[in-house]
Amino acid sequence: MSTTVDTTPIGRRKRNRILLQAACIAVSLFMLIPIYLISLAALSSRESLNEFPLSLLPTHFSVETLNAFLGSTGIFGALGNSLIVGAGTLLLSALIGVPAGYALARFTFPGKDPYQLFLLFTRALPIVVLSVPLARLFLTVDIYDTTYAVILLHTALALPTTILISASVFLSVPIDVEEAARLFGCSPLGAFGRVVLPMALPGLAAASIFTFVMSWNEVLGASILTLDHRTLPAQVLSSLSDSPLAYRFAGGFALVIPSIIFIALMRRYLTNMWGSTIR
Amino acid sequence: MAVEAPPTPAATAAPPRRRKIPPAVLLIAPSVIFMALLLGWPVVQGVLQAFRDDQGFTLEFVTRMVQDPYFWPAVRNTLLLIVVMIPLQFALAIAMALMLRSNPRLHKVHFFVWAIPLALSDLAAGLVWLAIFNDRGYLNSVLSWFGLQGTSWLAYDNQTSMFICVLIAELWRATSLVLIIVVAGLQGIPKDYDEAAQVFGAAFWQRLRHVTLPLLKPSLQVALILRTILAFQTFAVAQALTGQNFPLVVGETYRWYTGLQNPNVAAALALVILVVSMLTSIFYLRALRDQNQGGLR
Amino acid sequence: MNDPKSRPRHGAVSRRNLLLAGLGTAMSAPFLASCAGFDTSGASAGQGTVGFLSTQFTPVEEKQRYEAVLRKFAKVPTAYNSVDPGVFASTVTSQAGAGNVKTSLLGGLHGELAPLAGSLEDVDGLLRDLSGRGFTKEMLDLTKVGGSTSRYVPWMQATYVVAVNKKALEWLPAGVDVNDLTYEGYLAWAKSAKQGAGRPVFGMPAGPKGLHHRFYQGFLLPSFTGGQITTFRSQDAVGAWDYMQELWSVMAPASTNYDYMQEPLARGEVLVAWDHVARLVNAPADKPDDWLMVPAPRGPKGRGYMLIIAGMALPKNGKDRDLAEKAIRALTEPAAQIETLRSNAFFPVVQTELPSDLTGAIALEAAAVRRQQRSAGALLALPPVGLGAKEGEVSQIFKNCFQQICLETRPVQQVLDTQATQLNTILKGLNIPCWAPDPISTTCEVA
Repeated sequence: MSTTVDTTPIGRRKRNRILLQAACIAVSLFMLIPIYLISLAALSSRESLNEFPLSLLPTHFSVETLNAFLGSTGIFGALGNSLIVGAGTLLLSALIGVPAGYALARFTFPGKDPYQLFLLFTRALPIVVLSVPLARLFLTVDIYDTTYAVILLHTALALPTTILISASVFLSVPIDVEEAARLFGCSPLGAFGRVVLPMALPGLAAASIFTFVMSWNEVLGASILTLDHRTLPAQVLSSLSDSPLAYRFAGGFALVIPSIIFIALMRRYLTNMWGSTIR
Repeated sequence: MAVEAPPTPAATAAPPRRRKIPPAVLLIAPSVIFMALLLGWPVVQGVLQAFRDDQGFTLEFVTRMVQDPYFWPAVRNTLLLIVVMIPLQFALAIAMALMLRSNPRLHKVHFFVWAIPLALSDLAAGLVWLAIFNDRGYLNSVLSWFGLQGTSWLAYDNQTSMFICVLIAELWRATSLVLIIVVAGLQGIPKDYDEAAQVFGAAFWQRLRHVTLPLLKPSLQVALILRTILAFQTFAVAQALTGQNFPLVVGETYRWYTGLQNPNVAAALALVILVVSMLTSIFYLRALRDQNQGGLR
Repeated sequence: MNDPKSRPRHGAVSRRNLLLAGLGTAMSAPFLASCAGFDTSGASAGQGTVGFLSTQFTPVEEKQRYEAVLRKFAKVPTAYNSVDPGVFASTVTSQAGAGNVKTSLLGGLHGELAPLAGSLEDVDGLLRDLSGRGFTKEMLDLTKVGGSTSRYVPWMQATYVVAVNKKALEWLPAGVDVNDLTYEGYLAWAKSAKQGAGRPVFGMPAGPKGLHHRFYQGFLLPSFTGGQITTFRSQDAVGAWDYMQELWSVMAPASTNYDYMQEPLARGEVLVAWDHVARLVNAPADKPDDWLMVPAPRGPKGRGYMLIIAGMALPKNGKDRDLAEKAIRALTEPAAQIETLRSNAFFPVVQTELPSDLTGAIALEAAAVRRQQRSAGALLALPPVGLGAKEGEVSQIFKNCFQQICLETRPVQQVLDTQATQLNTILKGLNIPCWAPDPISTTCEVA
């Protein structure tokens, strides 16, 4: 680096900052515009959606379709079921998945590759061809039409993501810190809980986002395993595709909100580390 | 500034060995048992359907599958979509993650916004983009505000524009999945490395190639595997936008199972997806195997 | 700035989270154990609720309206659950397979119930009791789904008509009567409308969930050939598909995305379209005065039209059999049937006069349906009888013809020959008699 005062790098840096801001805003717009449009469509009156050209501003505000959607039978029960299933899946998949992810990251053991492929195997088969055998299994053990059945299935669907993502994150937690903790007298479990887990939090947050969102949006499994105790998507998403356009927008919009809230909550943990190291 | 030594897990990854059950086995056992109990029997049943009818073993269903007029277009579209989409998506997601790491103004808000599409089910995402691209949709509305004549973006005879529409929608919907894994991975890489390299005068591209990407490898590998497997599984967006005009293999599986009520041919199609996904995963596991680190071996 | 400082904070956060998570589980556990989920269909009314699983009325509003009909007319408490046909089939099959049937009443279209015949109770006795309702002979034949005993009780029926936005009348060629269309007139109208409007304004439901195969099976081919299966690759059939190719060239290309014509019609994207009455009814909903509903066109061999029958069936070993039968009796009463027409545009299957005070779109449709059935040369086509699980694959043959002839513009005779071979392979395995309009005596195959 030169010792003379050279202002070009500063100028360049300034320009780069501006470019960076512009790029960020461009990406945000790309991500936001469709969300804006679905909200707009969900909150417009039915007639205004049939006009052309469509208005890009909320000039025909109406909650008529949204109300009809919220007023249908069992919506709130289904909302409760979805929350139970989402939370249950989150807990169960973390309980089973995080230890397995840790094992993948920290140990070399024979059959590691086959194990990973085994995990992926269950995810790579389109679940639709399993619908009859799966439903029969749950009918036989008599937990068909309960939230437990759906929790079990969703956990099976989420496990590969949970395990692989948490493994990739444990891998980036330096082993030295863990050993240091052991030297200072932590038990293996203590070292894991006090040192490794906090550092792996972003990855676990990422995995939990996937798990919850997957469970929240999963339709097919939930609709073949339940009858009178449906989750929200099973209750409405399948009917959406047959409904008039305005209702589809309203339903799509109403379904998105809870998962957006969940992402907002988990995002804090996801960027936790930057928060502390950047400042 | 103290530069930590780079982590070398494999070298030291040897907790006290006991000659009992290895801890790794204890740790992965619950997941294996869980998956086997829950999915083992259904998977065997489901897969066998492809080769079994009342009389016993048969290849009839595989022949039916291959002879179906939608089969080869579906295979072509699926591969085309994946080959074009995955690299684009990863380039975009890595760029987005690096932009976030440069700590722009409002980076928390940006990050939240970029993660939002993840919250949408693929059905809802298909709906949104159909509202944009259809003949009297938002895109043509915008064009008409500017006095331009829109076109039929999704018309069956315009394969190119149809493909681009599906591609844009899928980029929008699923890039956040990659982004979140990459961001979670970047969290583990101390910024010091990058800053150290910067101090030594490494240019941006050099730092990216020699410092950031290698350290991101485990996350990228996982993201690649998961994204590709999930990409083989999703068709709702393509179906919402193009109907039967842009068939995908997994969409065909659903059509045979639910519409045509022929679980046997559906199972054969599912097997195609399974085999291709597994081959791709093995490829990723091999190609991105870390030579000198613990890696996801 | 550095790790050690921040670590305790993370530790605290995670401990707090663990605590919260634990607390959450502890609090939700009893409540999970007590009910295994909230009721979403009204089944919690307790024992004695008929679990009614159906493929009909999935859209939110329609479901709400039908639930009201059930409350008023079913005479027993009913939990109405509507699902799409794929889920319907796998639910019924898996419950029957596991020997643990959780439903008591099933409702679906003929084509959806037929593949499940093996899991459905024989309802001959019930139909004998209900003989006073006046089900037609064709309907009763259909309920046997190819076997010797009836598997379902007719529930409601529908057909297909053409919806016309009055704007399109402007381009109606001279000499063409909109209430008595011919296929030639329909094509000429579509051509002049495309020219006049500057864009194609005729559409058809050729999307993935659209019912366009019924147009070929029950309307186009019977009108041109007098048959559906036996005449599949006859000279007349080639003429019919040549016609279709020409008609397609003046139709809105976005048709391959339309599942329910009422939407593009309501948006004004297309002005004239043929579809199922229940899939057209919302188009004129707001301004019925702007719309006409007219019978489907007629061709050289008559005015082919198809009836769609929906039925109610009892699953084998189903719950609450008595109550389910009671519900069936109640729902086939004329008052309940008329109410279904008023609310959801499905027509009665029993002998009854339609009331004269029908409103809006329903009145338009009722008039069109009546004209279609009673017009000279009306030629009834039934949905395939006795195909069982192959129903979908036979329909797919007709969709493939459309795909290859109209979209890929391949030579008509060649396409028909290959598809006929496919069709015969399916039919040979079944060995069943043909259904109207084909001669019923012969074993069904393509000549």
